[in-house]
Amino acid sequence: MSQSDIENLRQLTLTIRKDIVRMTTTAGSGHPSTSLSAVEILTTLYFKVLRHDPSKPNWPERDRFILSKGHGAPLLYSVMARSGYFSPEQLMTLRKLDSPLQGHPERQRLAGVEASTGSLGQGLSIGIGMALAARLDRKNYRVYVLTGDGELDEGQVWEAALFAGHNKIDNLTAIVDRNSQQQDGWVKDILNTEPLVEKWQSFGWHVIDINGHDLEQVLRAFDQAKATRGKPTVIIARTVKGKGVSILENNTNFHGVPLKPDQLEQALKELDQGVKA
Amino acid sequence: MKPEKKLGLATRDAYGQALVEVGRTNSNIVVLDADVSGSTKSRGFAKEFPDRFFNFGIAEANMVSAAAGLASCGKIPFASSFAAFLMCKSFEQLRMSVANPHLNVKICGSHSGISLGEDGASQMAVEDISLALALPKFVVLVPADEVATRALVKRAATYVGPVYIRTSRPSAPLIYSEGEEFTIGKAKVIRSGRHVTVLATGMLVWEAVEAASICKERGIEVRVIDIHTIRPLDEGTLLQAARETGALVTAEEHLVNCGLGAQIAQFVAKNSPVPMEYVGIKDTYAESGKPAELFERYGLTARHIISAIEQVLKKKK
Repeated sequence: MSQSDIENLRQLTLTIRKDIVRMTTTAGSGHPSTSLSAVEILTTLYFKVLRHDPSKPNWPERDRFILSKGHGAPLLYSVMARSGYFSPEQLMTLRKLDSPLQGHPERQRLAGVEASTGSLGQGLSIGIGMALAARLDRKNYRVYVLTGDGELDEGQVWEAALFAGHNKIDNLTAIVDRNSQQQDGWVKDILNTEPLVEKWQSFGWHVIDINGHDLEQVLRAFDQAKATRGKPTVIIARTVKGKGVSILENNTNFHGVPLKPDQLEQALKELDQGVKA
Repeated sequence: MKPEKKLGLATRDAYGQALVEVGRTNSNIVVLDADVSGSTKSRGFAKEFPDRFFNFGIAEANMVSAAAGLASCGKIPFASSFAAFLMCKSFEQLRMSVANPHLNVKICGSHSGISLGEDGASQMAVEDISLALALPKFVVLVPADEVATRALVKRAATYVGPVYIRTSRPSAPLIYSEGEEFTIGKAKVIRSGRHVTVLATGMLVWEAVEAASICKERGIEVRVIDIHTIRPLDEGTLLQAARETGALVTAEEHLVNCGLGAQIAQFVAKNSPVPMEYVGIKDTYAESGKPAELFERYGLTARHIISAIEQVLKKKK
């Protein structure tokens, strides 16, 4: 990836971060901080990795992406809008009656959303079904699933991890948004999931451990996942919850809390400055 | 005159046969099981189509969500396990992975009700119909014998949308002749009668037939209707029964407060209120025993249906 590619992606991450804080403040509810931690991951996916065509959301050959941590919906909607699935103007209808932008994503309400999520733990299993379908049809599309790290508390994730490892489902890539927080506090205090790398390895997965805010590392990890045969790959992306907005960064009191209008102004200023710096 | 009781296959065996048949004509059909394929009888499909069979191990939640993923890519998954584990352990996955997006997933719960017998309460689904009814727009099928099972599985395979199929462990008395046609949502009037109607489902259909025969000797003409589809209910046939016979008895191998009887009562109370009685399991879990002993203890035999008929006729004006 050239320097100008990276600069373009970085500009996109700024636009998307601004969308996220604006959308959630306009809605008066939602999860900006959990959306902000995975911005680099989804921006890289939607603009560099996924084989998709926003004008044909049901194209059978498309790669599939599932936002298993469904409360990151504002992030998903923003990258979808900025990719061309729908008009960015529609983003401000988030969580409003009759909007296809439900509080958590629903596939039957918005073309391009692959699974209805929000009940944590189900995305990886749904992704397994899609990956098996690709195998059966001898198609080469790939399936990507983003989970939270708190989400790993759910037993179903480990049922899925066991199954994908056992069946060597190598067209499946999981990304763990390791922002180290869950709703009630720090993951290490609520229910520690470390050592994560060893856990996934022992379930038969190829593990890539990266800084989830470093665009080059993120892209390299996806390239490596694509090249890995005979095993599913998990990318452990170490991130900061609320990344880019100081009042949200690493603040355990902001799960599911939007910024107040004055905080929003401050956040937008910070984001602009952060990119220039 | 008692009807002649001829045992056929268990409905789970017929399910296994039907899977192979539909698998031969439609290559999009895939079968999933949770380590009980020898019991649910999906194993026959696994043998003939090993590439289209997936054993998920004892992990029902993962199986159900994966079925949703397969369906979203154009496959027609049939996922089976014991009804108790399929419906209770993966209810949440059925809710959000399958029902909410209305995906084309078929699930089959075997060993339903208490007729599985000796294995006892942990294996017995007495609430699965209720759970399936709590999933909006899920079709709920409860075949009474092997003929009905084969026909309804074939219907389920071509119907687009989520379907729950409930099967049983023991051999089921034959109700139908081979080749009988079934339509989802169209109930079967299998005995005519004008004094009272018994609306039965699954293994209780045979008990209702027996009850009707005994009542006939006593001068009571009992209409018997097989409600093989609990959703969508055959409203026309129900209304006709309520209006023409003026008294209804429901009969099911399920908790009586939240299954077939409750579903029908809601419809009848609104549209054509008539006296009703309900045969089913009364607010309890069952226990180990022989199926016939359990039907006796938990009130699911022809004798219990007859006493419900007597009760409801007293209330009929």
